[in-house]
Amino acid sequence: MTWRRLAGPFALLACCATVAACGTTDDSSSGDKATGGEATPAATEAKKSNTGEQSEFFVQADYDKQLAQRSVTPEGDASKPWTQMIEPEMVSTEKFKSKKSSGWNVCFSNAASDNPWRQNGLITMKAEAENTKEIAKFTVVDAEAKDDKQISDIEAMTSGGKCDAIIIAPNTTATLTPAVEAACKSDIPVLVFDRGVTTDCPVTFIHPIGGYAFGADAAEFLRDNVKEGGKILALRILPGVDVLETRWSGAKGIFDEAGLNVVGVEFTDGDAAKTKSIVSDYIQREGSLDGVWMDAGATAVAAIEAFEDAGQDVPPITGEDQNDFLTKWKDSKLTAIAPTYSNFQWRTAVIAAVKVLKGEEVPKEWVLPQPKITQDNLDQYVKPNMPPLYYALCGCEDLPGFPQKWGGK
Amino acid sequence: MTVVDPPEQSAGSRAASRSERVAGWRVGVLASPAAPVYGALIGIFILSWIVVTIKGGEFLTVPNIVNMLQRSVALGIVAVGQTVVILLGSLDLSVAQLISLASLLTATTMDGKEANVVPAIALVLALGVGVGLVNGLIITKLRVNAFIATLGTALVISGFIQNRWDGPAQGVTNSFSQDLGYTRFGVIPLSFFLLAVIVVVVWFILRNTRFGYRIYAVGGSEDVSKLSGLRTHRAIIAGHVLCSLTAVITGLFLASRLGAGTPTVGTDGGYDLESIAAVVLGGTALTGGRGGVIGTIGGVFILAVLDNTFNQLELNAFLKDVVRGIIIIAAVAVYARRQEKKA
Amino acid sequence: MSTENVAAPGFGSDTGDRGRRFLRSLMSTGTIFVLLLILWVWITILNPTFAEPGPFLAYLKRSAPLVILAAGAYFVLVSGNFDLSVGSLVTVIVVVAARLIDGDPSNTWPVIILLLLIGVVVGFVNGFISTVLRVPSFITTLGMLLILNGAVFLWTGGAPRGALADNFRSIGRQGINGIPWIEQLPWSVILLFVIGGASVLLMRSDFGRQLIATGDNERAARLSGVRVDRVRIMAFVLSGTLAAVAGILLAGFGGVSAQVGQGLEFDAITACVLGGVVLGGGRGSVVAAMAGALTLEALFTWLNLQGISGALEDTVQGVIIIAAVSFASYRLRGAR
Repeated sequence: MTWRRLAGPFALLACCATVAACGTTDDSSSGDKATGGEATPAATEAKKSNTGEQSEFFVQADYDKQLAQRSVTPEGDASKPWTQMIEPEMVSTEKFKSKKSSGWNVCFSNAASDNPWRQNGLITMKAEAENTKEIAKFTVVDAEAKDDKQISDIEAMTSGGKCDAIIIAPNTTATLTPAVEAACKSDIPVLVFDRGVTTDCPVTFIHPIGGYAFGADAAEFLRDNVKEGGKILALRILPGVDVLETRWSGAKGIFDEAGLNVVGVEFTDGDAAKTKSIVSDYIQREGSLDGVWMDAGATAVAAIEAFEDAGQDVPPITGEDQNDFLTKWKDSKLTAIAPTYSNFQWRTAVIAAVKVLKGEEVPKEWVLPQPKITQDNLDQYVKPNMPPLYYALCGCEDLPGFPQKWGGK
Repeated sequence: MTVVDPPEQSAGSRAASRSERVAGWRVGVLASPAAPVYGALIGIFILSWIVVTIKGGEFLTVPNIVNMLQRSVALGIVAVGQTVVILLGSLDLSVAQLISLASLLTATTMDGKEANVVPAIALVLALGVGVGLVNGLIITKLRVNAFIATLGTALVISGFIQNRWDGPAQGVTNSFSQDLGYTRFGVIPLSFFLLAVIVVVVWFILRNTRFGYRIYAVGGSEDVSKLSGLRTHRAIIAGHVLCSLTAVITGLFLASRLGAGTPTVGTDGGYDLESIAAVVLGGTALTGGRGGVIGTIGGVFILAVLDNTFNQLELNAFLKDVVRGIIIIAAVAVYARRQEKKA
Repeated sequence: MSTENVAAPGFGSDTGDRGRRFLRSLMSTGTIFVLLLILWVWITILNPTFAEPGPFLAYLKRSAPLVILAAGAYFVLVSGNFDLSVGSLVTVIVVVAARLIDGDPSNTWPVIILLLLIGVVVGFVNGFISTVLRVPSFITTLGMLLILNGAVFLWTGGAPRGALADNFRSIGRQGINGIPWIEQLPWSVILLFVIGGASVLLMRSDFGRQLIATGDNERAARLSGVRVDRVRIMAFVLSGTLAAVAGILLAGFGGVSAQVGQGLEFDAITACVLGGVVLGGGRGSVVAAMAGALTLEALFTWLNLQGISGALEDTVQGVIIIAAVSFASYRLRGAR
């Protein structure tokens, strides 16, 4: 009789034991994930690199180019960074010049509005469109972060015959490429911004310098502020998105060279609660951490709180230009840096569409400046009257409706 | 759903139970409320047409109709499988993860080579059979409730996917992607024919074969079926295999649309709960024994029309969720009322 | 149905049986407690600080929301229903709290009362539709899941807005300070024990017995005079209210997040099932359900310490759930 009652726990114990056996054999030393697919050999595989294999998105030439572009002076008005261009190669848009001089219908296929950076950007974009007299209608279709839906949305836009220009912010690089290529085949000018696709058929591709620079800025900061062999936790939003993969690649190169001990590379889905749990877990596992690298800033405050809750000092940490992070940085006097992914690119997308429809030249690849926020210029960027989820690089302060439309007072 | 072992049977009682089975099947068919679904579909269609046209959109145009048909394919295929399983009085919550896995496996096996296309398809179909078997066996032999069994399978698959793949998997050949994902015969997408074929095949199985009788009978009352000598376990296992097959076919289709396999394509589309919603909208009872695939397809079309209309009106996607939730509850409330009146 | 019904309805039977019945119920669901203990011991072996008051309380603090959700899920499950909407209800609570409080501490208490009210109302609507309108609770709560998700983001325009005040967040993050030996007793742990105790008392009362009777055999319960519909609606109300409490704790702990509630309903049901609650109703104890939640969290902690990458967590969870339920129905069969 008793054996039956105990059979249950024993069965489950057996499960756990097998799992434990599996876990310790498969798992690489620090619970990080190696990305699949062909791995281009990394730049330097020096010292003990436990950051896993290099991302399949890694391109050495782009890495070098971006790190160099950080020091190039952009062309254009520095007080309007959303109009500036870095090393542009202009193309003619004569064939796209609209027959009408105004009354345009610009269509936008948005990957999603599921995080504060995108929400902020969308408000800015709509405000810019409203402020442009030639645009009569600005149509936004939200793909709700679903590749399949975005493909259908783009198809509907190209075949609908109502759009004078199509702006696309793709959800995933690989899967949206065929849809963008199909859209390019129509007569309607196609512009891509934010995440990219692996085709250069669009009229222009708008983006800030790039992920390698972002990741490298953050990693260099940690290299300079953390002792050798210090334990670093790397937090990433999600895999498979080129702009995020390049951030990690950029950082990885620097971590490998500097001999920092990356104890874990985890995906957070951009969720604050999950981020906090992951950081707490690592604090529990490792006892303490010497630095935190994040590929974005929306959940940086959650990571900071994990340290506070554990009663530990917050180590050097990287974030982004989200207002709550900047405010916390200033108030708690943290050691931090905030690379940015220029939120004002949402504005540039509309400006570019207008240029194309006017037949003006645009760069084939419109590279925007990508400022970084350090202890020295922090005060310029903290905005006490704006909500916590506001992005300092909004580029929207001169648009009508500021600050109320963006939630400020 | 509790599972009882079938006792031994005598020849006489077997003959008697046969007519019982046929009678049971007939009740299931006649009570199939496909009519109200299509009535509702037509109603919603007309309403949408009016609203969209007033707002200056184009509803009844060829591109738009094709767009709606295209959107129905993925959900339609998996909903057909879910119908079979629900008719049995069971459930399958693992379809979303299975769809993602199928798309990933397709891409990885094809690996960009034409020669691999057929083996990839074969492997993926085998995956469907395997997972369906596992689900069916856990439910029948291990006596685990379908909700838990398929939830467990979903988690197992999810862990496997996350462990093996970090992001989208390349490898879908261009020809496969174009053929299945984007080819059209005239204006109708090829994929829609795929859906039509699957619907017809399953409909035929349900209405005209002994296996079909068994499904309705088991769903109607498993204990009674057991006592009548039906091999209920086999029916349940076969039903789950069928459902998982439709799920992997959906995965193949989505891989062709996206030109890649991704770990989230199944969960992004919410195919687990959405397929159940479509089945229920179509009039199939969650308790089993009543309903059919024709109703389910009606449900799928209703959801596609709603999707399209909301896009056209540029209404907030979240409002669409609210409306969908209300429609699902209202539809089932109406069906439940009809059931009461009949009983 | 077996005559050896472990949690047999109380009407008609003499009270002397109660002691024996309680013991039997404890023994049948005893496996979960054994498992929980084994996990705790194993974790301590891997990480000796776990047995210290600080880290152990941190574990309890992290588990509190799930334990409370499991209690709510228990009431609904044991009466024969499903509640799939608790996850999205938690998200609603978190997002609404952020929007309404908007960083102003004086808003905290009125908002908390409103949040609890939301839980009650949603629960009531779920219950009403599932009983009076005869819609299967699976569908009702599935529809409610869609409605809640849609409605809350419709209101906030796609992503959470506003901010939580510090005093609101202290419920989930802080506790009573200055207690000897453990230093801080987190509020969430206090809530955990209070709700746990209240649930046990509730199940011992007439209501509790009626709840189990309804799930066990609706016909018989109705014939015995149990107001089945009312009892079921009450179960949903409890589920909704407890989901609101869990949401308040989660909002405090993790801050504002749009995905906080995702999948929680399945976690809660899993916790109950681990604890021996049978889907379909009529069987299981609330203490075991809560122990199931603690076990699930302990399992995650154990996996974390083993260094098993986050991915395999799901697979392990799946295998364990199937094993647990299969074992439970094997025992059910054996008991006949």
